[in-house]
Amino acid sequence: MRRVVQAIIVVLGVTLVVFLLSHLIPGGQARAALGPRANHAQIIAFNHANGYDQPLLVQYWRYITGLVAGNLGYSYKNNQGVAALIMNRIPKTLALVGVSTLLALLIALPLGMAQAVRRNSGFDYSMTAVTFVLYATPAFLIGELSIIFFSFTLGWLPSSVPSDASSLAIFTNPLAFVLPVVTLAALTIAAFSRYMRSSVLDALTGDYIRTARAKGASPRRVLYGHAMRNALLPILTLIGLSLPAIVGGALITEVVFNYPGMGLLTVQAAQNIDIPLVLGTTLVATVATVGGSLLADVLYAAADPRIRLGNS
Amino acid sequence: MCSTQLPILVYDSGIREMTMEPFELQPIKGQAPSRGDLETETSSHVHAPGVLRNMAGVFSENKLAVISVAFLVFIVLFCFFGPMLYDTNQTDAQDALLNSTQNAPPSADHLLGTDENGFDVLGRLMFGGRIALIVGFFAAIVATTVGVIYGALSGFFRGWPDSVLMRIVDIGLSIPVLFLLICLVVIYRPTTPVLILVIGAVSWLIPARLIRAETLSLRTREYVEAVRVMGGTRRRIVGRHIIPNSVGTIVVFATFDVADSILLLASLGFLGFGVAAPQTDWGTMLSNGVNYASNGYWWEIYPVGLCIVLVVVALNYFGDALRDALEVRLQDR
Repeated sequence: MRRVVQAIIVVLGVTLVVFLLSHLIPGGQARAALGPRANHAQIIAFNHANGYDQPLLVQYWRYITGLVAGNLGYSYKNNQGVAALIMNRIPKTLALVGVSTLLALLIALPLGMAQAVRRNSGFDYSMTAVTFVLYATPAFLIGELSIIFFSFTLGWLPSSVPSDASSLAIFTNPLAFVLPVVTLAALTIAAFSRYMRSSVLDALTGDYIRTARAKGASPRRVLYGHAMRNALLPILTLIGLSLPAIVGGALITEVVFNYPGMGLLTVQAAQNIDIPLVLGTTLVATVATVGGSLLADVLYAAADPRIRLGNS
Repeated sequence: MCSTQLPILVYDSGIREMTMEPFELQPIKGQAPSRGDLETETSSHVHAPGVLRNMAGVFSENKLAVISVAFLVFIVLFCFFGPMLYDTNQTDAQDALLNSTQNAPPSADHLLGTDENGFDVLGRLMFGGRIALIVGFFAAIVATTVGVIYGALSGFFRGWPDSVLMRIVDIGLSIPVLFLLICLVVIYRPTTPVLILVIGAVSWLIPARLIRAETLSLRTREYVEAVRVMGGTRRRIVGRHIIPNSVGTIVVFATFDVADSILLLASLGFLGFGVAAPQTDWGTMLSNGVNYASNGYWWEIYPVGLCIVLVVVALNYFGDALRDALEVRLQDR
């Protein structure tokens, strides 16, 4: 319950940040919407019509109540409501983020564990080097290099996602999604496997491991039955904490592969200087992230009886 | 906070394994414990070596770190003094078009070829690198300064100001950095100073948390108690004792943050929000280069990609080694 309240406070804070950002626009929203040639009277009329001449607090209240009703603002460049523009992009980004995070976990967890078990071996060092390089390589570089290699040189995989792809196309036409999903996963694999490695190493030093060994449990049982299960728990929290970074990575990936999700929408809106749309996608992306982190924490509490989120 | 133990830095840098518990620095000038302490700690030596020399020793044992530093020095010289030796036109696009060919492969005239405007790529690497290094360095300074002061105050006052300040950090951290950055560069058109401030503005949250945690632990130490007993003001405690004793954490964070800022700038440049032509930065160069990826103009992609990755890797190794050198707890004595 307390965690939910915390999430609500964060979401409220984010709305405040976005609201304030919209008031930082040089020349105000009117200038941004009407263009540089609007005259003074037009601006005053615009401000009055949209309530921008009222006190900030009143405006914020109207903004919040509008959000609750699903009104994310109006994109003057597109002559459409922001919510309508974002709506059909959300599932696409969700599919990309979900599938690639799953893939990253499937690769990173065994990798991190293998590194922990064979720590300071040649394997450990070489994988550490690989993760370091992966970590330092920006998402767009991984994406572009994979396009050059797999699409242009080898011709195996398409270099972009069909622009009319539906949100379920990731399952029906998987070939077009291999590169974007792997690119996004590569970013998270580095961090996850690194964390899993230290998490397993940490778990291996626990008293219960010594106890299990002393009781004569086989090394395999100690590793999978005891160390792994305890090491996996914090990973849930890590996923929650990584979500902002993953969503940011998704933005880059979407641009690289022309994947029509929220990220591509944001960047295109930014190139058009469509500020209401940019702020709208930012708000939606953040709220989704906060929701995801909340879910991860709740799952963590459910999975680990030692953790109680409630009245501690 | 809720009872889950959140790894403070992990989500930002799973690689770096920043230790979460704050560590105590070995004495810095002015507040050294008695000589005796030092000698017992380095008992293998007859004379206790200087702290700095000790640190340098630990640092230089790490070969990768030494290579990284050498490489970083080289890059700085390359970007800032390179243009003196390798003189190229990087400003006049018309002149560039008249006097050279577009997208020309490497030749004796243009060691790394030319780009789509006829600008020399090697020279452009230098100028783009300048922006990358300047923005990376100063954004890290902005972020670290703001974060340190904010975190130290939050940790020192505790109670409700701390709760409020830390909730603000939570809010900031929950917004995906790239989205926030894009919002900011759309509102303020990107120039070098704007990029410094904007990237600094999105990255002060992590040091604020780190330093707060450190302050919470430092403020209960005996020497802080002693200052308080002797009537030292709060300002003195925070400014002269808590912040100086967090120097290790601060310096290590700042190093990593230079790398992060360079990556963020490159991402912005790639998305088309870098500095405006004829200036350039590495991300912008790369985003222009990949337009010709299918034409096989490798010189417009690989050199600049390599520069970004190597600089970031080097900074990460450097930060890692710096932490090992500063964190006495980890050293075998």
